[in-house]
Amino acid sequence: MTDASKTDAPDTDERVKEMSSFRRSLIRPELGGMVGTIAVFVFFLLFAFDSGMFNSQGVMNWSIVSAQFMIIAVGACLLMIAGEFDLSVGSMIGFAGMMIAVFGVVLGWPMWITIIITFAICIAIGAVNGYIVVKTGLPSFIVTLAFLFILRGFTIYIPQTLENKTIIGGIRDAAEGDWLGAIFGGKIGGGLFEMLGNAGVIATFERGSRMGEPVVDGIPMMIIWAIALIVFGHVLLTKTRFGNWIFAAGGDSEAARNSGVPVNRVKILMFMFTAFCATVFATCQVMEFGSAGADRGLLKEFEAIIAVVIGGALLTGGYGSVLGAALGALIFGVVQQGLFFAGVESSLFRVFLGLILLGAVILNTYIRRMITGER
Amino acid sequence: MADQSKTPIIQMKNIEKHFGAVIALAGVSLDVFPGECHCLLGDNGAGKSTFIKTMSGVHKPTKGEIIFEGRPMDFETPRDAMDAGIATVHQHLAMIPLMSVARNFFMGNEPVKKIAGINFLDQTKADQVTMDEMRKMGINLRGPDQAVGTLSGGERQTVAISRAVYFGAKVLILDEPTSALGVRQTSNVLATVDKVRKQGVAVVFITHNVRHAMAVGDRFTVLNRGQTLGTAVRGEISPDELQDMMAGGQEMATLEGSLGGTV
Ligand SMILES: Nc1ncnc2c1ncn2[C@@H]1O[C@H](COP(=O)(O)OP(=O)(O)OP(=O)(O)O)[C@@H](O)[C@H]1O
Ligand SMILES: [Mg+2]
Repeated sequence: MTDASKTDAPDTDERVKEMSSFRRSLIRPELGGMVGTIAVFVFFLLFAFDSGMFNSQGVMNWSIVSAQFMIIAVGACLLMIAGEFDLSVGSMIGFAGMMIAVFGVVLGWPMWITIIITFAICIAIGAVNGYIVVKTGLPSFIVTLAFLFILRGFTIYIPQTLENKTIIGGIRDAAEGDWLGAIFGGKIGGGLFEMLGNAGVIATFERGSRMGEPVVDGIPMMIIWAIALIVFGHVLLTKTRFGNWIFAAGGDSEAARNSGVPVNRVKILMFMFTAFCATVFATCQVMEFGSAGADRGLLKEFEAIIAVVIGGALLTGGYGSVLGAALGALIFGVVQQGLFFAGVESSLFRVFLGLILLGAVILNTYIRRMITGER
Repeated sequence: MADQSKTPIIQMKNIEKHFGAVIALAGVSLDVFPGECHCLLGDNGAGKSTFIKTMSGVHKPTKGEIIFEGRPMDFETPRDAMDAGIATVHQHLAMIPLMSVARNFFMGNEPVKKIAGINFLDQTKADQVTMDEMRKMGINLRGPDQAVGTLSGGERQTVAISRAVYFGAKVLILDEPTSALGVRQTSNVLATVDKVRKQGVAVVFITHNVRHAMAVGDRFTVLNRGQTLGTAVRGEISPDELQDMMAGGQEMATLEGSLGGTV
């Protein structure tokens, strides 16, 4: 028995190579996203520094676009880690916006009731998505693809039957002075920006009716929502027992179930959370635009999934990071707006995105192999 | 040794399990006493895994009764069985390769600590306990955050067993825990079985290996094609007889002759 110890389980760690703590701290799911973010910023600082991309207005511009991506990426990320996809996110965005227009403008309900009911409907649809996936065992890819069409269909059909048009405006007026509307459509920190403007830290308008006001007059709620959702998602995933269940459900649902993890509940809740994120996106968007359009949110599901994958998550579930997904969304937003600032032909955006996606995914695969000992 | 005067902690009565047209179990009865190691033997496809899955809440029996601590039980989910005190180490491991050892160890039983009224994962405790328990089993981890995917098959098995033991099961079910293990880890597992049995835990131990069964078993039940061939008590049966029973008697003796006694 004593001899066997040499081959079976060494008493010392002689088989484990020492890894420097620096190297260990680098080996994490977010590494691809971090490298990508740095690369993208270096690139634009070098080639588009004078374009206005890095003054207060420019920063606000790509921050808002990135925040939009982040909101849906957080939902898609947790769902992907739980082992599922939601391809109906884009249609859900269009649908939720249209519901707000229908209830708030066409039917004239108070905005706060409109928003609450819209959230309830959309989260319920998310639950239905999840319930069907969990009960039938069908791939979520197929089930949510069906909802991609169903929801988009309704989003076009409803305003056409009610109003004979596919865009319904007047949402900003309907939301005027509404407390819940302000949580999605307002801006905060106006006073601070006025101070910064007066102090000359940020530029002020030099002409026109808003002369003297700072060019950036507050932080849009879209950005606040993005930050709040990222913090929530990250804490939920890494610091709670529910987070462990999310990993377990996506890693191996059978093993998780045998260990007492309520896999079905976890998955359905994640579908509901994804729907919640899509509805937050839609509500912020209609408050900003003042209108709901039948084509809103097109292709958003793919953009969310791309951001999540750039952020280091595994398409097959069980592995990933909310912070990584947020970085993926940031890369997405900065590249999209940066190319615009740099005056690059907009069609090249896709080329850039493709290259970043490929680079990040290759790097992520390599990191993951190192962490998990996959062969 | 099991104290037969006590009442069994779990009684399985005439358990049947059908999968569509397949009758995996055709009325199997078995009882386990606290502090007893009850070995379940049988050939591939005999229904051993299916049987213990009805015990651990994975499958609902088609027919039959489960009596746990004197009360009839109707487990809907593995969680129910676990909450009652039945822990199972499944043959196809209940381990998730992409997750860390600590996260796997506490999967479904995560320790929590309250911060500002909210339950957070107690990672420090999880890491500490995992490292300690693994060291006791003779496995040196690089760290509690090491992914299970980097462990060998035997090491994973050991994590699963020590997890079940750590969570204080009253009934511990081990489905072929030694089949993938090396010499030292096997003796570790057998020693662990002996240890938990002495603590009064009822152990159900599935194996193909008669030597492993003989080393720790108090009673031996042999399954064959979904039925029991009977239960034998330690000391009343020889390893050879047990081996023969498993293989269905005569054929094995002939086979053994032709293989020169290597089986
Ligand atoms: N989920 C299932 N659906 C259909 N048939 C099943 C299912 N699970 C098991 N069976 C069948 O039940 C029978 C018993 O299988 P089981 O896994 O219980 O055998 P076992 O005794 O554990 O074998 P081994 O020693 O190989 O692990 C087999 O014929 C198997 O094909
Ligand atoms: Mg089996």
